[in-house]
Formats: sequence, C-alpha cells, structure tokens
Amino acid sequence: MDGNLDALTTVFTEFYYWVTVVFMFLIHVGFCMYEVGASRARNHMHTLMKNIMIIPLVTVTFFFFGWWIYWAFPDFWVFGGSIDFEAGAANLPWSENMATNLDDRITGVFWAAFLLFSWTAASIVSGSVIERIRSSALWVHAVLIGSVFWIIDAAWGWHYGGWMVQKLGYHDAYASGVIHAIAGGYALGVIMVLGPRIGKFAKDGTPRDIPPHNPWMLTIGIFLIYTGFWGFYAACNVPAISPEAIGGQITGTTWTATNIYLAPTSLSAITFNFLMSLSGGLMAAYVVSKGDAFWTFSGGLAGVITASAGNDLYHPIQAMIIAAIGVVIVYNLHYWVERKFKLDDAVGAVAVHGYAGFVGLVISGFVLWGAPSSPYEGYAAINPVGQFLGAVIMFFVLGFLPGFIVAKLQSMAGVLRIPEEVELQGLDYAEHHAYEDAKAAIIEADKAALAAKS
Amino acid sequence: MSTIGYESWAVDLADVSAIYPFQGWEMPMTIIGVIFWLAWHRIQFVREGQHLEEARKMGEKEKIDKMLERY
Repeated sequence: MDGNLDALTTVFTEFYYWVTVVFMFLIHVGFCMYEVGASRARNHMHTLMKNIMIIPLVTVTFFFFGWWIYWAFPDFWVFGGSIDFEAGAANLPWSENMATNLDDRITGVFWAAFLLFSWTAASIVSGSVIERIRSSALWVHAVLIGSVFWIIDAAWGWHYGGWMVQKLGYHDAYASGVIHAIAGGYALGVIMVLGPRIGKFAKDGTPRDIPPHNPWMLTIGIFLIYTGFWGFYAACNVPAISPEAIGGQITGTTWTATNIYLAPTSLSAITFNFLMSLSGGLMAAYVVSKGDAFWTFSGGLAGVITASAGNDLYHPIQAMIIAAIGVVIVYNLHYWVERKFKLDDAVGAVAVHGYAGFVGLVISGFVLWGAPSSPYEGYAAINPVGQFLGAVIMFFVLGFLPGFIVAKLQSMAGVLRIPEEVELQGLDYAEHHAYEDAKAAIIEADKAALAAKS
Repeated sequence: MSTIGYESWAVDLADVSAIYPFQGWEMPMTIIGVIFWLAWHRIQFVREGQHLEEARKMGEKEKIDKMLERY
C-alpha cells in the first residue's frame, strides 16, 4: 500500500468483502431454520446436523482445491484453452497469498465471499433431500457441488476471463445460473434417484402435502435468507476500481463499482433492483399460490433469483416484472413436474432456485440483447442464444448430470437412502432415547441426593 | 444494436448516465408497473371476499370452541 489513496482503497475493499461475508452467513442460518422447520420433529437434529456440517466440509475443500479451480479453469479445454497453472498458482493452499500476508490483504476476504456462495449451493441441495438421505451421501454431494461443480461454472461464466463470457456473451451478474440454476439442477438429479419420502404420494399417484412442523421457523428462516442475499448482492460487486486497474476499453479516470466481469454498475442500482424484484416475486407468488404463505415467501426469493442475471443493468420496474413472470412459471412448473414425474422436492428448492435461475437467464438474453458482456475487447455481446446455452450448461451439464450420476452410484452401492424402518421411526430416534434416558438418570440422581440430605 | 444504448464499454464513464435497457420507455414501463400493482389489489380484494364468504360457513361449533380455548 504505497500512498494514502491506495491504502484507503485496499482497506475499504478488504472491509467491504468482510462485511458481505458476515451478512451471507445469515443465508446458511436461514437455510438451517427453514429445513428444520420443514422437517418433522422426529428428524430435527439430523436435518440440522446435515446442513451444519456442510460448513466445515465445503470450507476445507474450497481452501484445498476449490479456489484454485476458479483461477485455473476460465479457459480450460474449450476452444483450445488449457488449465491456467500460472493464474492458479497464487491460489493453491501452499501459496503465500493463501495465508497471513501483509502484501495481499484481499485474497482472504475474496476467497471467503466465494466460499459463502459455495455453502449456499450445497445448502440448496440439502433442503430438497431432507428426511430420507444419508448424511454421508449428502456430504459427498456438498463437496462436489460446493467445491467442484459450482466453482467450475464460476470459472467459465462468472470470471472476467471466462470462456462463456468471451464466446457466448454470458451474463449472470448476481448468479441466477452460476449458483441457483446449477444447485437446482443438481438437486433435481439427486431426488430423481433418491425417491420421495414415505407417504408423499398416494397409491393413485396423487401428491400429498407434507406440512412444515414449525411455520415460524420457516418464516424467520426465509427472512434471514433474504437478508443474507442482500449481502450476497454486494459481494458480487467490486466496490471501487479505476479504469486503469480494469485495463479494458473504458477510458478516462472515473472510478466505478463493477460487477464480477468488471463492467460498470452501482450499489445503488442493485439496491433498487433487489427490492423491486423481491416485491414483484412476493406479489406474483401471493396471487398464483392463492395466498399460500410459504409459496409467497419463497416466491420473493424466486423473484430475486429470476431477475438476478441482469439486476446490474435492469430498470427497477423491469426487475419487478421479470421477477413476477419468473415466479408464475416456476410455481406452475413445480407442480407439473411433481405430478408428472412423482418427484419429492421437500422445500421446493429445484423450483425456487433451479427453474427460476434458468428462466432468469433466458429472459435476460432478450432484455439485455446487444449490451456488452465485458469491458474487454473482442467479447461477444449479451444475446438470447448465449444465455440459453449458458442456462443449459448451468442447469443440466454442470448441475443435473453430476448430481444424477453420483446419486446413482451411491444408490447402487446402497449408501444413498436411509432404511425404511429408520425413516418411519425418525432419524433422531436413537438420540431421542439417549436424551430421555440421560434425563431420567440425572433426575433420579438429583432426587437421591436430596433424599440423602434430608 | 444494444438495448442499453452502449455496444461496448469503450467510453469515458464521466460521460455516461443511464445504462438500463429501453431508455425512453420509462413512462410506459411505469404505467405497466402501476397496472400490475392495481391488478394485484383487485385480485386480492375479490379472492379474500370469496374466501371469507366460504369460511363463514365452514366452522363446526365443537372445533370453534376448541380454538377459543386454545387462545
């Protein structure tokens, strides 16, 4: 940090990302509350533990190799590219940059911001599979989606040099596809193999609603997810950068905030659009679900997710309308898929994240048609075909396929689903009895101590 | 052609203001937005009326008593 301005910018940027990371922790808290609220009492602790252990498992693997993938894979093999070992070197776990280093004050907070996205991707999958998946199986999926597949898609389509940005004009500023479509697609692949919970479908195939055990936990959970999502939006921006530092085509000396592609936007713009898309989603979901509380809350989230691909550039009214359109499609698609394919998506994650992300990418291709995807020369402009192909890559290629294949392998090995007896008695049965026994024992001991004194 | 009015970022940002798509269509967009908002009220208003009308005929005395006891 040579001069005062340089020092101020560096420390501001460092603090900015740190704050977003703390906010984004609320996403995980929200997911945990939502899952526990949605599960039945006999499965609470397992449901909670399944999601909590995503935190350490994805964190350590993201430190060991996930972060390296982001920097080494933007070109990969497509269009003659290769793994960029040079760019990746500074992000290997044994690099000096990945440690206490006064010459690099940004890598730690930037790594952490991406890591929190990784937790989110894994946690989205976790919600779909509650009450019947083995924790061991889910944790393998968590590492794969959190530290491998989502970060490959980020390298390809959420990096200023990613091949999808260069060749397809792929634009996904707040991760409709790179987090939500991929995680929803992955969850779909897993639940197709996993099968529904006992009782989800009647003998004639009619789906049954499995109501949440605690509606308040769901409500607070999703409000925390909204809050964390706001932090996520800020985390997707570079807060202040000069044209010189970007090194692209921008001329002059005016500093700006940028999206992840280093193309200009502002924190003010995304605040407008976050709130308007949240509102459009809530309003549309209320109408389409006929006032169902949980679909309305989830619709707010689905609205933001639908608009997220272009929320760095949309007008707020466009963000509101796009969110509303997305929610109507997502809601209807969820029930159509449930009836047609007998799939049990316990918290609606495939719909709220996967379908909303996919639809959002497609819509943004039309609304932002011709806009530059990057400040660098030679990149394709944003276009409907590129966005559609991007959506397919996110949802099916990097999401659905790996989820389906790995779940199939786990199923063949007999390590995917819990035994039917355990599903019926509840995953917490053993712990619950140990708790009751311990309680009885300590009450007896206290009574004996009291009797001895008198 | 670009919906945001810029086909590249080879510009001085000091000269750039609005960058949202379909500039010049703010008034029609506002009208669409207001229609969306008012339509929402209309739909909600009608549906709630229907729901309350159906709900007033649904209650069984025993269950209502239980609800009152439950507080």
